[in-house]
Amino acid sequence: MAEAQNIPVGSTTAGAIAVAAEADSTVATRMSAPPSFDVADFPVPHGREEEWRFTPLERLRGLHDGTATATGDGVKADIEAPEGVVVETVGRDDARLGTAGTPVDRVAAQAYSAFERASVVTVPKETVLTEPIRIAVHGQGGVAYAHQVIELGAFAEAVVVIDHTGDAVLAANVDYVLGDGAKLTVVSVQDWDDKAVHVAQHNTLIGRDASFKSVVVTFGGDVVRLHPRVRYAGPGGEAELFGLYFTDKGQHQEHRLLVDHNVPHCTSNVVYKGALQGQDAHAVWIGDVLIEAKAEGTDTYEMNRNLVLTDGARVDSVPNLEIETGEIVGAGHASATGRFDDEQLFYLMARGIPELDARRLVVRGFFAELVQQIGVPDIEERLLTKIEQELEASVA
Amino acid sequence: MATLEIRDLHVTVEADNATKEILKGVDLTVKQGETHAIMGPNGSGKSTLAYSLAGHPKYTITGGTVTLDGEDVIEMSVDERARAGLFLAMQYPVEVPGVSVSNFLRTSATAIRGEAPKLRTWVKEVKEAMERLNMDPAFAERNVNEGFSGGEKKRHEILQLELLKPKIAVLDETDSGLDVDALRVVSEGVNRVRESGEVGTLLITHYTRILRYIKPDHVHVFAGGRIVESGGPELADKLENEGYEAYTKGGASE
Repeated sequence: MAEAQNIPVGSTTAGAIAVAAEADSTVATRMSAPPSFDVADFPVPHGREEEWRFTPLERLRGLHDGTATATGDGVKADIEAPEGVVVETVGRDDARLGTAGTPVDRVAAQAYSAFERASVVTVPKETVLTEPIRIAVHGQGGVAYAHQVIELGAFAEAVVVIDHTGDAVLAANVDYVLGDGAKLTVVSVQDWDDKAVHVAQHNTLIGRDASFKSVVVTFGGDVVRLHPRVRYAGPGGEAELFGLYFTDKGQHQEHRLLVDHNVPHCTSNVVYKGALQGQDAHAVWIGDVLIEAKAEGTDTYEMNRNLVLTDGARVDSVPNLEIETGEIVGAGHASATGRFDDEQLFYLMARGIPELDARRLVVRGFFAELVQQIGVPDIEERLLTKIEQELEASVA
Repeated sequence: MATLEIRDLHVTVEADNATKEILKGVDLTVKQGETHAIMGPNGSGKSTLAYSLAGHPKYTITGGTVTLDGEDVIEMSVDERARAGLFLAMQYPVEVPGVSVSNFLRTSATAIRGEAPKLRTWVKEVKEAMERLNMDPAFAERNVNEGFSGGEKKRHEILQLELLKPKIAVLDETDSGLDVDALRVVSEGVNRVRESGEVGTLLITHYTRILRYIKPDHVHVFAGGRIVESGGPELADKLENEGYEAYTKGGASE
């Protein structure tokens, strides 16, 4: 069940567990239009729709209403891949595009309708990489629409690190397709400059007995709105979705997740943690889990934790669990937003620790718990270093 | 020799939109090597004294002075007081999620000592101190005070006392909520620190029970926001037999 503790003024945390009939999933019907690849199928949002009600539309720089035109030099993407990996740039008609999922909102459909060339990275079956695939997406100040596919053949194993830096207005769809028994770890770091706007839908299709681990790390940008979605292509699939965000003054960082347990005997574990500080720092976390009637043997848990460091920050955290069968192993969710409060600060300072160090200690500890679960040592190291830098720069 | 001097200390607190004076002129001198027990009924202001000395922001000092070796304590921030050698073992230690005990202790020791303790000797030092307090080594990996039992919290406070070696230690109702075994272990910890002769101890308590384990040199009765009687250990025996009634009559407290 959802729990709430010590919630800063203005923040919300709401949780729901619904037992629904198969025909009318509320997760699906809460969207204002059915999924589609065509932007024309979605009305321009006005901001009161369920899926847009937390997002500052006026700061999307026109991604939502068709006025943002690609500038051709919006972003530059460099892909560095170990031997054995196939990297291709393809046209819109490539059959591999859009197989993992369909855009569910206007901006994702806009991205799908507007991109010109897509990037497809393939790890052939049974290829086990020892080095990560690195994708550097660097914003160059323009507007861009993008489509990226990462496909792993059966029993392939890979780690993909995607870094977003610079300044851009970017809308994208990213497809992760895992063959049977494949193992994919994706680390997506949003380390944008202050003005960047990044809206993306991540679609994952997990093959039979395949494992998907996603680590979403959001530090930068003016508005970042990510929509990771997971479905299963066969039984035995595992999804671990970890997220970490550090929302500073004026930033809007929104993570909306959906795990659709559409086949039996799959697992999912969602853990997102965020720290916020500064006036009008706004974090939104939506965690939807749907256990369909046929998905017997499902085991799922989702959790969101927020640490509010100063006044003026706001968190909206909404876990939703919808269960259409009772024949499951487990299902649960938790959401909590807490303050770094004066009593904690007093306790640490009463032990000689200066205020700034005390704040850093708490934030570092809060994130370290999550980072330790990633299981890829050099990425853990890098994230801890990154968190240190973020703390040095901002916790003052 | 380190000396804590409290002179005519007045402290107020904001409650229900009103300012209320809790401490009404406290005078007390605690020297290194001495142990003072402050005993008093609930609501007499004992804990306010403890938290005011440590610098808790809830309390406003409206008059009087507090000095440690002549240095003005009231002017210092909370962390500066700790680094100057003041230690408060809290009645209700605070949970700090995400921060492990081992990380916390090391950060604190680094701040107090002015340099990071050498890792090898530090690990040994902590391990031995924990053993003396009958603390499971796994304790070091738990988050500070999170899910600790009452006894574990108090042992953790005394562990810090042993490691940080303050000049003046204020123990605020360290005995409350402890069973006899835990009380003995915690008292032994306090006594080890006292035996060094380098700490002045201000033991704040409601009950005389802990004074069977920790023998004070001086006993003060606290009522109505000030010390109303001072004496030797025999004063504790009197309180044991007669209670606080003689001091609370006439509405002196609150």
